[in-house]
Amino acid sequence: MSAATQFHTDADRTTADEPRRAFIRKALHGYEIKRDESKAAFSDWQQARDAAAAIKYEGVNRLDAYLREFEEKFTARGGKVFWASTSAQAREYIQTLAREREVKSIIKSKAMTSEEIHLNEALEQDGYEVVESDLGEFIQQLKHEPPYHFVFPCMHLKRDEISALFEKELGSAPTDSPEELTMIARRFLRRQYLKADLGISGANFIVAETGMISITENEGNARLTTAMPRIHIALVGIEKVIPKLADLALLLPMLAIGGTGQHLTCYNSMYGGPRQEGEVDGPEEFHVVLLDNHRTRLLADAQQRDALHCIRCGACLNVCPIFKNIGGHAYGTTYQGPIGSVITPHFRGLQDWKHLSAASSLCGACTEACPVKIDIHHHLLHNRRNAVAEKKVWWERIIWFGFVQLMSRPWAYRLSTRFAPLGQWLHPFLQNSGLDPLHAWTSTREFPQAATTSFGDLWRARKVGSK
Amino acid sequence: MRVTLFVPCFIDSLYPGVAMAMVKVIERLGHEVDYPEGQTCCGQPPFNSGYWDEARAVAERQLAVFRDAEVVVSGSGSCGAMFKVFYPELFAKTAQESAAQALSAKTYEFSEFLVSKLGVRDVGATFEGKVTFHDGCHGLRELGTKAAPRELLRHVKGLELIEMGEAEACCGFGGMFAVKFPQISTAMAEVKCNSIVETGVEYVVSNDSSCLMQIQGYLSRHSPRVVKSLHLAEVLART
Repeated sequence: MSAATQFHTDADRTTADEPRRAFIRKALHGYEIKRDESKAAFSDWQQARDAAAAIKYEGVNRLDAYLREFEEKFTARGGKVFWASTSAQAREYIQTLAREREVKSIIKSKAMTSEEIHLNEALEQDGYEVVESDLGEFIQQLKHEPPYHFVFPCMHLKRDEISALFEKELGSAPTDSPEELTMIARRFLRRQYLKADLGISGANFIVAETGMISITENEGNARLTTAMPRIHIALVGIEKVIPKLADLALLLPMLAIGGTGQHLTCYNSMYGGPRQEGEVDGPEEFHVVLLDNHRTRLLADAQQRDALHCIRCGACLNVCPIFKNIGGHAYGTTYQGPIGSVITPHFRGLQDWKHLSAASSLCGACTEACPVKIDIHHHLLHNRRNAVAEKKVWWERIIWFGFVQLMSRPWAYRLSTRFAPLGQWLHPFLQNSGLDPLHAWTSTREFPQAATTSFGDLWRARKVGSK
Repeated sequence: MRVTLFVPCFIDSLYPGVAMAMVKVIERLGHEVDYPEGQTCCGQPPFNSGYWDEARAVAERQLAVFRDAEVVVSGSGSCGAMFKVFYPELFAKTAQESAAQALSAKTYEFSEFLVSKLGVRDVGATFEGKVTFHDGCHGLRELGTKAAPRELLRHVKGLELIEMGEAEACCGFGGMFAVKFPQISTAMAEVKCNSIVETGVEYVVSNDSSCLMQIQGYLSRHSPRVVKSLHLAEVLART
């Protein structure tokens, strides 16, 4: 089944599930209230957005220089940097490293890049035990489901569903308490941290100036993932680079506000390489895999380059009426929501993924919410244009050809408005049949009654009358 | 002032009363109204579908029709945004670029025209009833119109304005989106209409007839009670 057909099928199913939609709406509304409270702490939120966009603009537009600066400083402290052009190269590097270092058990903290390159599957095929330590990701892993939302992986699940899942997979007693559910996961995960000899994470920012990566989280699991195992690998998209450490003073709060609405995420850590002499903890080896995987393709697109500004805060998903109604899984992508609809065609092919850009009312709530001012909804429009420029659909071509003929000739257009009432009179004979041209509308909504006289004709009559 | 009306195609054929109401309000304020008969569609349907060459072909006609107008006023925030925001992009680096920019500069959405250009808040309207206002997304986010329609409604005698929850949420129309993805579009309409019905109002008012087509279409089929949709101009025309 094509991705587009799958999308329609899934969206049909999820939009019909009103209780789940209401559950998601309520959760996201809660974040929205918190977000607005936290935004109020800024003297000028719009100016903060401008400043954040300027930082990301600088990072993305001088990507080459900043990434090299990062590499130089990070390797000076004994860290290793691997430049992966493709997902296959990134997987291979990590798989080879795990094999050569005789790794047995792997613990992971949340990394969407790892979802993007299907790292878990590759490592599991090699026979390693791979455990996700972010609570949401852990739950999704047990459920054998991809994340629902790239910031809140299991936001679609209710407490009783998680309890049932834990009961089935971990043998725990059923419970209704979120604290108890967390403790069940915690007890399991603590053992995994001790056992693991390789930790894998992503990163939220790469700081060129200091040669460090920044990880922000709420559970402390990334700290344990980076501190306990003897080897650490961070798999990071190249667009995450920012020039200066001081830039985080703005970007970390904006990331938190955009996602959860918090002023700042609970744990914010900087990592500059492996354990240094005299230090008591940290991995013996620290690798950073810089992942391109078609990001440079997006970089080459001058009009849509700003999509690389994305800090993956999730703000655009949180406000998106499409996301709220179809849910995260219907997208069928690693990155859901508006930003996912913009970037996925660049990563995975425009013709196969253009339907996501069409599946938008272009309401612009995403663009308004984006803390780094990505022109998200206009990029959906640009994707539509680019898809047509690349390959026209024959029947659409006929429709728009006819449309142009009609709308370029005022007399023909005027004539068509006079026939509209006739068409409407005939409509009931076709309604609910396969021939009904309005079926997509009238199956769920009433169509307005066409006026017997158009405004154009009323105006003409009025002019004649007044003479 | 000589005010040139841009009456989008669907208002022309489905909601002529809306355009008539605009004429009534503008004339009541002492201005002259003109309607160039050569106008058709702004070209947004092919534009939003990615067919920009076809959109340009239709848009060129409107550039010519409105060339000599002093101000152009549209009864749809969405079609107004097409003139104001998207024409300059559509005609960028073409021979008509400056014509597109000129049209953009003199185009106003109806409520914005009354409040910002004419400086009017009270148009002398009377309307008995409880009303909620729906912000059309294009008017709201492309044109930045939020306060103007509410200012106008607050000055209508007898009218009580009740804000709905999440007034800025999209109704799910989105042009071709409504028929290409009817299931998503309808789900969005459901959420929107629930917010409207919850306010207890008798009327839902908007400055965009396309949103109202979606909202009324859903309400007429599914609403537990009668809520009537009206364009802002239809409310302001009542005395």
